[in-house]
Amino acid sequence: MELIWEGLKKAFFLLITLDPEVLNITFLSLKVSGTATLISLLLGITLGTGLALSEFAGRRFLVSLVNTGMGLPPVVVGLFVTILLWRNGPFGFLEILYTPTAIIIAQAIIATPIVTGITLAAMQALPKNLRLQILALGANRLQMIWFLIKEAKIPLLAGAMAGFGGVISEVGASIMVGGNIKGYSRVLTTATVMETSKGNFDLAMALSIILLLLAYLINTILTQIQQRERPR
Amino acid sequence: MQLLKKKIWLMALILAFFLNSQIGGWAQNKTIILATTTSTQDSGLLDVLIPIFEKKTGYFIKTIAVGSGQALALGKRGEVDLLLVHSPKEEKEFMSDGYGISRRAVMVNDFLLVGPAEDPAKIKGTKEAINAFLKISASSSLFISRGDNSGTHTQELSIWEAAKINPEGQRWYQQTGLGMGQTLTIASEKRGYTLTDQGTYMALRKNLNLEVFLARNKDLRNYYHVILVNPKRWPKVNDKGARALADFLVGKEAQEIIRTFGLRQFGSPLFLPMANQK
Amino acid sequence: MDNSSPLLEVRNLLLKRADTTVLHVPDFSVFRGEILSLLGPNGAGKTTLLQALAFLTPYFQGEIIFQGQKINSSKSIFALRRRVTMVFQDPLLFDASVYDNVASGLKIRGLKKKEIQQIVSQNLERFGISHLAQRSARKISAGEAQRVALARACAIQPEILLLDEPFAKLDQPTRDSLLADLESVLRQMKTTTVMATHDRWEALRLSDRLAVMSSGQILQVGPPEEVMNKPLDEFVAAFVGVESILTGKVIGKEKGSIIVDVSGRTVEAIGEMDLGETVALCIRPENVTLTDLHPPELSSARNVFPGRIVKISPFGLFYRIQLDCGFLLISYITAHSLEKLKLEEGLEAVASFKATSIHVVRKKEKLTVQAR
Repeated sequence: MELIWEGLKKAFFLLITLDPEVLNITFLSLKVSGTATLISLLLGITLGTGLALSEFAGRRFLVSLVNTGMGLPPVVVGLFVTILLWRNGPFGFLEILYTPTAIIIAQAIIATPIVTGITLAAMQALPKNLRLQILALGANRLQMIWFLIKEAKIPLLAGAMAGFGGVISEVGASIMVGGNIKGYSRVLTTATVMETSKGNFDLAMALSIILLLLAYLINTILTQIQQRERPR
Repeated sequence: MQLLKKKIWLMALILAFFLNSQIGGWAQNKTIILATTTSTQDSGLLDVLIPIFEKKTGYFIKTIAVGSGQALALGKRGEVDLLLVHSPKEEKEFMSDGYGISRRAVMVNDFLLVGPAEDPAKIKGTKEAINAFLKISASSSLFISRGDNSGTHTQELSIWEAAKINPEGQRWYQQTGLGMGQTLTIASEKRGYTLTDQGTYMALRKNLNLEVFLARNKDLRNYYHVILVNPKRWPKVNDKGARALADFLVGKEAQEIIRTFGLRQFGSPLFLPMANQK
Repeated sequence: MDNSSPLLEVRNLLLKRADTTVLHVPDFSVFRGEILSLLGPNGAGKTTLLQALAFLTPYFQGEIIFQGQKINSSKSIFALRRRVTMVFQDPLLFDASVYDNVASGLKIRGLKKKEIQQIVSQNLERFGISHLAQRSARKISAGEAQRVALARACAIQPEILLLDEPFAKLDQPTRDSLLADLESVLRQMKTTTVMATHDRWEALRLSDRLAVMSSGQILQVGPPEEVMNKPLDEFVAAFVGVESILTGKVIGKEKGSIIVDVSGRTVEAIGEMDLGETVALCIRPENVTLTDLHPPELSSARNVFPGRIVKISPFGLFYRIQLDCGFLLISYITAHSLEKLKLEEGLEAVASFKATSIHVVRKKEKLTVQAR
């Protein structure tokens, strides 16, 4: 218990004094996970909507793949991405192993199936004839998709929060592909693990608290959008 | 179209972030990848040495802190440019198998045998590491091992071997698979013995409830070497940069820093500089 | 564009789903300014036909011609969808305010805010829901929701308004009030409307023309009175509410009339059938008169049949009397007459109907559908 209190004090101190290293780590976490989430939203909502509205042989197989992907273990993703990005590996020429970009890629791979799966479920839960009604009002395909997305706003935002939550808290893949390099690819989660293994529990606790605060902040904003009161 | 515009904005935003994250990482032959161990990294020494080198030469060093086993494995795969490790036996194998082209001593520190003040195995006063281990085994006293092929673990195993004991599978021998800091914490909590490197112990001492039983013992020396990965085997290795960094580490400036590193913080230095010595 | 050529024409429409023919319409037209009802039981194909007209069902064979142009490219389909709109059984409103819902079709067309405001208020007014403008669409009653759906459709001033049983899920009083309002709006706007329903009174009340459908086909099209009083076959007859259908053989002929043997009794009807033919005699319940057992005059009624009252049930404004005269006869009488005649189940009464009110249909044979 005392440790939590110590951690709180340290967290407060670090933030108030704008400790440069902590700020750096925090902003990097936000940037990396934020970008990964944005990518996963773009891919996920497109794929999820496409799957929901289409019919073709093998569709069900794809859907079960997506649903499996939702539970993909992040460390597995990390391992696969590492092997692909190794200097002597297939994508080594890109030379992005041990960079924040690699973390973004790994996190995007983790978050995309989550967003896809939730989008798919959300779209399928809409009334069957809604799509026809929108077309009957004269919408073109793009407008129709926009209206459907607006109608499914609540579950879609839940999907965004699930995707973001999944990656801001991710550590295994981030360490593997990022390398936890000081001032460069070190994020809140990887720093916390490092400090813990070093035995600096109060610092680790402080970083954890900052991470929780960050996650809370982002989710508060998203929740606001999601729950924004309809007109009476 | 509303939707299309939003999508384009989104993609531009993502691209901006992406590029931003890449800054510093794209000047590739200006990048050197150094593999070292977690305990080396955790000591904080590299956080002092590396920036000096970077400023001087303009190189960008990516320090990857992993377990000894992984560091050597990465070297064998040519995924890193040089190694700073402390597993002499494995290192010699690495060199004889032709994976490395130069191995130079950098520094040394001690392993310590620490344990609970109650000392159930009654090893206080024992002078030889092998004897201490024998007593621990004989009394079935709790011993916490890292069990992760790290330098510390390898050292520990060599002592068990010399004592002709196989602790594997015994109930008093517990392997954590974790880093040194966590292993020490566990040993402290569970009142067990463990072998630790000096640096980590000194850093955590105030949080631990352990006593040092064996220190400055000739069997418990922890030698750090810098090894250059063989560029003939792996052409993508930045051998020029690696050589520069290795030269720096054994050079006068770095060695001087090593000599006093930790003095202020812990009252005694964490390492002893060893370059150019026998 | 003159009013005599159809606004929308369908030719040789064939729609199959998994090897069953769901819709087969060789020839069908909708004229400008008319209200046309599609009447038929569930599964008759009404919804499918409506959706095909709006190009909302995929892949059918055949031609659709709108304002003289063949609709066969994605460009023309899209253009059609902009001029033809549909309201479904469920209001399918968006999770937004009533105002935003009604404005959605206009937003899709990229109209300016000011224009939208004008048109939306006009349509809210039309359907009596101006006071709901800022209310959430999720917080209104079913009747109000359907009004919003209609306002939304009318706001875009469609050339053709397609209504798929829009009142099916509402209770009777809501239905009646909506029906009345819809009728006045449609008449005022002169919008061409095609409405599917399985309620024949609705169809009768609103339509200029009535089309009866069954099993994916249109059996008969024409003004309601024509279809209802002169059904072309048994099915149509049963569906539009001609409730007494007497089957028998022609046993006698006189000039212009036939004598039909129905369960041992003779019925006189107007027709040109041959001796020995089996016919179905369709008599509307309104045309069956009931008197008590002491009939004063039965002047021009040749068909007089005493019988016993089997069942009396209330039916809207009437009472439906089921009479067993050796064959079953249905009559509608008013509550006033019921009282006056002191009719009760089990009692005897006398039914009569004029020969001229009988519509004779040859059994198992249909005349071809005549377009208007």
